[in-house]
Amino acid sequence: MATATAVVLPDDPKIRGDVTLEDPVGGREALVRGPHDFHSVTELVCAVNEKPILETPNPFKFGIALAAAGAAMFGGYIGYLFWEGPGIWGNNNPVGWAWDIVNFVFWVGIGHAGTLISAILYLFRQKWRTSINRYAEAMTIFAVICAGSCVALHTGRIWMDYYLFPIPNQMGLWPNFRSPLEWDVWAVNTYFLVSTLFWFTGLVPDFATLRDRATVKWRRMFYGALAMGWRGSMRHWVTYEKAYQILAAFSAPLVLSVHTIVSFDFAVSQLPGWHTTIFPPYFVAGAIFSGFAMVNTLMLPAREWLGLKDLVTVRHIENINKIILLTGTMVGYAYAMEFFVAAYSGNDYEGFTFINRMFGPYWWAYWTMVSCNVITPQLFWFRKIRSSPAWTFVLSIFVNIGMWFERFVITVTSLHRDALVSSWDYFVPVTEVFFLLGTFGLFFTLFLLFVRFFPVIAMSEVKSVMPQANPHWEGYGHGAHAHGGGNAQPATAGGH
Amino acid sequence: MAQIFPKWTNQTPLLGLVGTLVGGGLATFALYWWGSPWHTDVGYKPKQPVPYSHKLHAGDMNMDCRYCHAYVERGPHGGVPSTQVCMNCHSQVKSDSPKLELVRKSWSEFKEGKADKSVPWVRIHKVPDFAFFNHSAHVGVGVGENRAAVGCETCHGRIDTMEEVKQVAPLSMAWCIDCHSDPAPNLRPVERLTAMGWKPDLNWTEKARHIATTLNPPGSLSQAARRTAEGKLETHATAGCSGCHR
Repeated sequence: MATATAVVLPDDPKIRGDVTLEDPVGGREALVRGPHDFHSVTELVCAVNEKPILETPNPFKFGIALAAAGAAMFGGYIGYLFWEGPGIWGNNNPVGWAWDIVNFVFWVGIGHAGTLISAILYLFRQKWRTSINRYAEAMTIFAVICAGSCVALHTGRIWMDYYLFPIPNQMGLWPNFRSPLEWDVWAVNTYFLVSTLFWFTGLVPDFATLRDRATVKWRRMFYGALAMGWRGSMRHWVTYEKAYQILAAFSAPLVLSVHTIVSFDFAVSQLPGWHTTIFPPYFVAGAIFSGFAMVNTLMLPAREWLGLKDLVTVRHIENINKIILLTGTMVGYAYAMEFFVAAYSGNDYEGFTFINRMFGPYWWAYWTMVSCNVITPQLFWFRKIRSSPAWTFVLSIFVNIGMWFERFVITVTSLHRDALVSSWDYFVPVTEVFFLLGTFGLFFTLFLLFVRFFPVIAMSEVKSVMPQANPHWEGYGHGAHAHGGGNAQPATAGGH
Repeated sequence: MAQIFPKWTNQTPLLGLVGTLVGGGLATFALYWWGSPWHTDVGYKPKQPVPYSHKLHAGDMNMDCRYCHAYVERGPHGGVPSTQVCMNCHSQVKSDSPKLELVRKSWSEFKEGKADKSVPWVRIHKVPDFAFFNHSAHVGVGVGENRAAVGCETCHGRIDTMEEVKQVAPLSMAWCIDCHSDPAPNLRPVERLTAMGWKPDLNWTEKARHIATTLNPPGSLSQAARRTAEGKLETHATAGCSGCHR
């Protein structure tokens, strides 16, 4: 099964020598490699979804069992939290915000890469987004679900969470619309709603493909319901393109606005270390940085195991790594600028906070953050490293760790030394690690279910960037695909 | 290929959307109304151990509320009368009525030194522990010309027509806030505090508006909320959250 030409091709196009050019003049490598035609792309992508339930590969079963165990543990943890209250955390005066908020910002930040890929790269006509947007968007939605559960659970009296919404009530009370925490409620909810709609709209034609290919009744019903009567007529496509464009335009500002508002949770307060005008751009850069790292963390194994190397090529990995390098450098600049402003302002409290970050009791968190976020991404200046899936995977893990620590540093180290020396304290987590692991369990459960049942690559979009989609395609490019198009063996089984 | 779904399923997205909007609206309304004190508390009329008629005493005989609820002008609670208050009259009047069995029992036990227990009256108007409420602050505020009160009937209704007392106001937070935002229509001269069915004349309406403005300057609720947020504790009830939630 795994002997298809497509799968065994070496990653480096120069060694491979059978480069298909997207544009013979510009000389860029085509976004889809190997002897693929439209049909073989469909076969390749649908193979995972169409495997009968009972034939689910064992590694996948193991993965989902592990993730579901984590999610179940999270459920139990929520029950425990509900019963006992936030006293099960290490939060106390003066550290009133700790892992609950750290996890929230971590997860909501991760979502941003998905929206950037799906909306901004779409509006800028970056064709390479087509093979990575589907699971980047899925990642966004699942990350926002995790973020939402963190922030909904941190309120203490969880059953009062409906106070967050302006529901008419007998107290004559409304949420405080002047509070950034309330803006956050709206930002995150809007983000979730728009991202979900966007994701679903893109999925409809692919659901229809799966419906039409379905061989068993439940699959035909399942994908048929999701495809919402899509027939692929020209009128459908015109409407689809319009809707997609409108949603992209809706989503694009959200890439900037959501994390800006999350940063307001801190920046609008008057705490040294939080009260900083650089926070919005710094948070947005950090969000995109962490999100792209998570895209790599999820994409590289998927690409390997599902045999998608022809669709998600080294060019994609390089592009992502370039964005990581850019945003990582921006984040490093922001770290430096915070120190500069603290020094330049001459404000003793601001100065103390930042010196304390570097050399105070939490020095280890600060230096973990700096090494993971500032130093490691600089390795992507080397082409060898940024085009190596192995290096990329390892570095993406570093970035994930570093970005979690960034939020920890901002939240906890700014709080643990407050204005009253007698209340200084050293925050130590109690049960919070289960909280974090639980959100990962929830995230991976959702993600693995998505990989198993939804097309992980936007088939219809990928086809539109293949050379075959060019009306004049027949005129050039007599490479492997020209002759082998009809009898190419799709890599249905991948590397399982 | 045969159709997977029947034709009516074309309507499901629309139905889903309408259903969500209508269902969400109904659910919100249901919680708002059936979960509110307007629904759960108004009309609460527990059975009292002694069939005391407010209609007879306060209505037909025109007794002043303060004869029994004597502390209303001086303390946080109006006060439930002690057995002695009942016996002031009922040692002479209807002294052998079977309805007064419990009152006589409480009284004789006390006289004989056996017990010191009042009649177990059932409380009707309840404000939660976390909400501070003081009767004396409401039945007479301001000085001299600017003195005014909220009448008994404003919150407790026409007690003079009730055989058994029931709750007529929801005692919800919004109900408090509504009056505190615009108290003028509910103010009356202190001398008319216990009057039932009292209606203001034009002079008083004008004056009440003036008094309300003095006591409770326009916008003061939001200003007070800001003062509370700034950490300045004020005990006046309009002083934001900490006025009542101390």
